[in-house]
Amino acid sequence: MKAAKDKIKKFLSQFFGDRDLQDDEDIFALGFVNSMFAMQLVLFIEKEFEVTIENEDLEFANFRSINSMVSLLERKSTVLARD
Amino acid sequence: MKLELTSQQKDNCSSFRAFVDEEIVPHADRIDREERTPPEIIQKLANKGYLGAILPEDWGGTGMDAIAYGLLNEEIGRGCSSLRCLLTVHSMVAHAILKWGSKFQKEHWLTKLASGDAIAAFALSEPNVGSDAKAVETTATLSGDSYILNGQKKWITYGQIADVFLVFAKWEGKPSAFLVEKNSPGLSIKPILGMLGVRGSMLAELHLNNCQIPQENLVCRQGFGFSHVASSTLDLGRYSVACGCVGIAQACLEACIEYTSKRKQFDVYLKEHQLIRQMITDAIANIKAARLLCYQAGYLKDSGDPKSIMETSIAKYFASTIATKVANDAVQIHGGNGCSSEYPVQRYLRDAKIMEIIEGSTQIQQITIADYGYQEYIFSQNRSSTSQELVART
Repeated sequence: MKAAKDKIKKFLSQFFGDRDLQDDEDIFALGFVNSMFAMQLVLFIEKEFEVTIENEDLEFANFRSINSMVSLLERKSTVLARD
Repeated sequence: MKLELTSQQKDNCSSFRAFVDEEIVPHADRIDREERTPPEIIQKLANKGYLGAILPEDWGGTGMDAIAYGLLNEEIGRGCSSLRCLLTVHSMVAHAILKWGSKFQKEHWLTKLASGDAIAAFALSEPNVGSDAKAVETTATLSGDSYILNGQKKWITYGQIADVFLVFAKWEGKPSAFLVEKNSPGLSIKPILGMLGVRGSMLAELHLNNCQIPQENLVCRQGFGFSHVASSTLDLGRYSVACGCVGIAQACLEACIEYTSKRKQFDVYLKEHQLIRQMITDAIANIKAARLLCYQAGYLKDSGDPKSIMETSIAKYFASTIATKVANDAVQIHGGNGCSSEYPVQRYLRDAKIMEIIEGSTQIQQITIADYGYQEYIFSQNRSSTSQELVART
């Protein structure tokens, strides 16, 4: 999942500028999050990792940090593999 | 890079154009004058599958790609902006249910929306809430197995005839989205008349007085009504409006080409006057540019690219502002006739102005696009020293 972390970090860097975002840093607490960002994040995750973000995935905890997004992807991958 | 429609998209375009010329253009002035859309015209849209344009075939839709949907919006917008608004809001709600609705909501609504058996409307704006949409004052409370909604919605496009509304309200202070059927207890609908433009779009106020809806009518989840449901649907709405604006401007251009080829002043046709030709040139160039922005936004939508959100905003901003300019010039070229209801250009101008206000005003787009510009260029990976200095100043 190192590759996934790097991809997420690269995407987020567009929004967080030259800040060196840490894997467990709370992006909501940084105050850059708006609705345009929220939708772009959904589209990015869906396109980049070929998953669908669904209602049950919409927990702030799933998108709070790079690590939490990676955990969400891991869970979704497990579900996909099981299906 | 290949900037060309596919043969299928070209066929779609011809088919949309023929439908609009035959079924919509002859009625557009009457729709504007009478401030209502005849149900038989909506039925014709439904019969062609246009009300299910964005829905997959599995749900009874036409399954159009974003480019085809854009072309449809351009053509309908060329004929009648009111009807294009119907396509906009109906598709927005269909999209919201498709993306964020529950299994029950999808099964209950999508085939009805695709066929046009049910008409949907988008209810976000309020008397005190426009651009600052997150500040909605309408509230929802959970009581037993129902939600109770209280508040007022305003400027609801096709609210007079909609069967179901996507209503945004705060539940425990968190923005949330709900489906409200027209016959819900506590909902009353009041028509709004006398608007400047899109006069046939049957606007309404919704009064929610202890309006009771079933618990399963929550769309998505508590707190995600604005950030996810409204945002994704407004993005689709902006795309639809942008393409519709290209249609308005195209209608203006065609009207001007015809008028200036027939009318003479100073013993020559208007088209021989250089100042007229300047306005025609501006119209041609602006329309082509707006259309290309729409194509790009559509292409990005089809590929699921996150950039599609901002590129759609840019397309909407540009297309709506040039539609107003082209329509303003069209009235100028038509002179006294352009101010008369005998010619459609005055309708195009009134309709174009509305497009600069809905789905994010011109000024809101400017704020958003400028933010995007700084984000794109200042924080790019290959930052130059100049941009570093700019960062330091912002």
